[in-house]
Amino acid sequence: MSEIYHFFQQLINGLTVGSTYALIAIGYTMVYGIIGMINFAHGDVYMVGSYVAFIAIVGLSMLGLDALPILMAGALIASIVVTSAYGYSIERIAYRPLRNSNRLIPLISAIGMSIFLQNYVMLAQGSGSKAIPNPIPGEFVIGDSAMNGVIVSYIQIVIFSVTFLAMLGLTLFISRSRLGRACRACAEDLKMANLLGIDTNAIISLTFVIGAALAAVAAVLIGMQYGVITPNIGFLAGIKAFTAAVLGGIGSIPGAMLGGLLLGIAEAFGADLFGDQYKDVVAFSLLILVLLFRPSGILGRPEVEKV
Amino acid sequence: MKRPILEVRDLCMRFGGLLAVNGVKLNVYERQVVSIIGPNGAGKTTVFNCLTGFYEPSWGEILLDGEPIHGLPGHRIARKGIVRTFQNVRLFKDMTAVENLLVAQHRHLNTHFLAGLFKTPAFRHSEQDAMALAAHWLEQVELSAVANRPAGTLAYGQQRRLEIARCMMTRPRILMLDEPAAGLNPRETEQLKALIALLRDTHGVTVLLIEHDMKLVMSISDRIVVINQGCPLAEGRPDEIRSNPAVIKAYLGES
Amino acid sequence: MSARLRLAFFSALLVPLVAFPILGLKLVTVGINLEIQGAAPLTWWIIAACTLGMFVWQLLRRRLAAGWASSPNLPRIPAGTGNFLTRPKTQRWGILALALVALVWPFFASRGAVDLATLIMIYVMLGLGLNIVVGLAGLLDLGYVGFYAVGAYTYAMLGEYYGLGFWTCLPIAGAMAALFGFLLGFPVLRLRGDYLAIVTLGFGEIIRILLRNLTEFTGGPNGISGIEKPTLFGLTFDRRAPEGMQTFHEFFGLAYNASNKVIFLYLIALGLVLLTLFTINRLLRMPIGRAWEALREDEIACRALGLNPTLIKLSAFTLGATFAGFAGCLFAARQGLVSPNSFEFIESAIILAIVVLGGMGSQLGVILAAIVMILLPELTREFSEYRMLIFGSLMVLMMIWRPQGLLPMQRPHLELKR
Repeated sequence: MSEIYHFFQQLINGLTVGSTYALIAIGYTMVYGIIGMINFAHGDVYMVGSYVAFIAIVGLSMLGLDALPILMAGALIASIVVTSAYGYSIERIAYRPLRNSNRLIPLISAIGMSIFLQNYVMLAQGSGSKAIPNPIPGEFVIGDSAMNGVIVSYIQIVIFSVTFLAMLGLTLFISRSRLGRACRACAEDLKMANLLGIDTNAIISLTFVIGAALAAVAAVLIGMQYGVITPNIGFLAGIKAFTAAVLGGIGSIPGAMLGGLLLGIAEAFGADLFGDQYKDVVAFSLLILVLLFRPSGILGRPEVEKV
Repeated sequence: MKRPILEVRDLCMRFGGLLAVNGVKLNVYERQVVSIIGPNGAGKTTVFNCLTGFYEPSWGEILLDGEPIHGLPGHRIARKGIVRTFQNVRLFKDMTAVENLLVAQHRHLNTHFLAGLFKTPAFRHSEQDAMALAAHWLEQVELSAVANRPAGTLAYGQQRRLEIARCMMTRPRILMLDEPAAGLNPRETEQLKALIALLRDTHGVTVLLIEHDMKLVMSISDRIVVINQGCPLAEGRPDEIRSNPAVIKAYLGES
Repeated sequence: MSARLRLAFFSALLVPLVAFPILGLKLVTVGINLEIQGAAPLTWWIIAACTLGMFVWQLLRRRLAAGWASSPNLPRIPAGTGNFLTRPKTQRWGILALALVALVWPFFASRGAVDLATLIMIYVMLGLGLNIVVGLAGLLDLGYVGFYAVGAYTYAMLGEYYGLGFWTCLPIAGAMAALFGFLLGFPVLRLRGDYLAIVTLGFGEIIRILLRNLTEFTGGPNGISGIEKPTLFGLTFDRRAPEGMQTFHEFFGLAYNASNKVIFLYLIALGLVLLTLFTINRLLRMPIGRAWEALREDEIACRALGLNPTLIKLSAFTLGATFAGFAGCLFAARQGLVSPNSFEFIESAIILAIVVLGGMGSQLGVILAAIVMILLPELTREFSEYRMLIFGSLMVLMMIWRPQGLLPMQRPHLELKR
């Protein structure tokens, strides 16, 4: 019986982590879908989001506004607004001038941007880790006892529901709104969309903003769950989320969601199997294997080479 | 009759829901010039891409000397002696004309790492031979004067000729030319015709040609294959094709 | 005008939005709690000034740009200079001059300076090696540091477990790194450029994580220490020789000088750099060098001519890895200690920054970039804090304004002589 519980425990933990990967992965997949570049700095945008979330939470608490809904709403709003500004500015400064150059040039620029952001936050906020207590403590147990059952913490429930709402919102936006339709048109064929009178620059900016905003949501959620941040967290989070995007099929939004969840589960079980220190190896290996054997991912379209 | 050097049977290529090539067959004999003609979008270049290994055909067989080559990667097919030019010229633009020809000889050169590092006599000989062959072909296509200019700076007609010369460096058996006369003026087209004849008669190369210039096609081809909307429409000698009612219908666009 | 005004407002609004939360509010740990402290008023004033500056600039941008273009007598570098500086011949003389200086210099410099110069040489090698992969073959390798680690650990482990010396381990380190490059490159090199970059990054990280966790072999996070310094034909540079060996100063009847050890290692490093330079210079003029260039320009055309792209890329990848292996072996000898911390991704990024800054494909550029990148932070303490910040911004700026690097090199062309 306890094996079953253990299995479900890993599954739930994996899904929790995975849903936050999915949120960050959207930023990679939307940008890649439209301009075909890997936004290497996206993980660091997420990192900036976590810092803003922490600042908002600590700031509100210091002002005495420490009711949970206020804290969460404050952290979400502050983080989304500031992170979106970062997403927009990064695209405007580091990528837009390189729009028509060789694929590797924007990638190198993005790596530079990533190094810059990491060190900028390190200089401004210090390189040490910052910790806050979990604002939503508590958990409940499914099964006989904590030893022999599945533990679900309240924060996990919050993560699931907020992620679900964010994804629902994004899906509705993309499928129903005018701007969402323009986004899809740009992903289909950027040049043609431009000829048809869509302001493609604005749409590209919009995808960076959406990606950054969702990364901010992830930053708030993960920040509340783990309660510790450092300026380096962006690198690993970025790679994991990129893996999720590739796994699901880069360019595909449902793919990123699916890929995130799958990666979270794979990591949870991989860590169980090989030991916690090899958790990252599981993710990297998955990334390499998918790129080698199925670069179009689970839901992506294979590319036909133009001769 | 002799066995054809290149046989294509029932070639099909599907992209998603689109059947771009449907049941094309070809028999090419040694030292022939065979042209593939058809309206724009008929699938001619797709046939070329299948033959040269850029696409893996969805169905069908491609035999070189009776040996199946479909599904091999492009560079392996090229090594078996099938090389091609491209509809939009693909030269190495920043390299000089003569360097373009040297790169194409890569496979025949002494590429031993240490030999090159220490400039052994064998290495130097191999490089000199390569240079001599390149010089010879530059002469053949009348580009000696621009040998040391970056390929991207040459005139369009020169670039076309250089691309053909570059193919010849690999010592091909079958040369596939994708619209070689596109963008050439009448005088250059005449030169091209002479060049193709020279390749076939003097160098024993079999030529497969995609071309829209009917005058060129009719005057130089031994056989012509007509493709329409991915399907084979007709095949025969130039005079047969000229009088084929189905071909006339397809070209004049009667329904 | 109103659209312009709106844009100016919007851009000006972005500045405090981006700068204020991170720069203006600082999270400080007080006891066990976090608190927020405002930054110094100066920071706030600067943010305000930047906001205003952005507003004005956005409003007047077009007019300023027009004014700039029409200003007549700007001092210009004569057009010929750029051409002259990028010619292979000029650069070869430049390298030769540098090599001469490097050769005599350690006999006049202090011990610390020579030691630092050895580190610079290691980075020069890494830069040159990565330049083969990135600059010549056009493959972005973000896991280059993995091969560096393989080289360093090869020496450290062979020395630790089998007692092998530097000179035996140097070729083995190169060969091991080459083997790793070959084995890793073989499956991944058919991937498109940006995917390749990410996959190599993954491999580099996996190598590091393995080094960290295979504690029985690699010493885990602490690494391996007590790595021996190289000897000169069996003569050690220590004060006292171990059992059965002789020291350098006794053999030559000199007084013991601790600098000798450092100078000797430096000279080995210099020798390896010169060897690297020689190899790359030959490669450029060999068929494989032409094939790299051709592949960078048009892979499809290469395939149509019977060139095997994977094999050609693999040769660049393997060669680059070999030099990283040599550099790693040298690094282990210099530090006397290897640990996984020396081989993080940021190290790959620094090497890449050296290549990007110096100029892809250019040897002299890479050498100068390595000197600047490693020397500056050591010279000024203040700079070292901002080093990575500046690296990062430089990489972005270089891509925008000068993607070919500060000192690119024209490729040596083969000429048809008549």
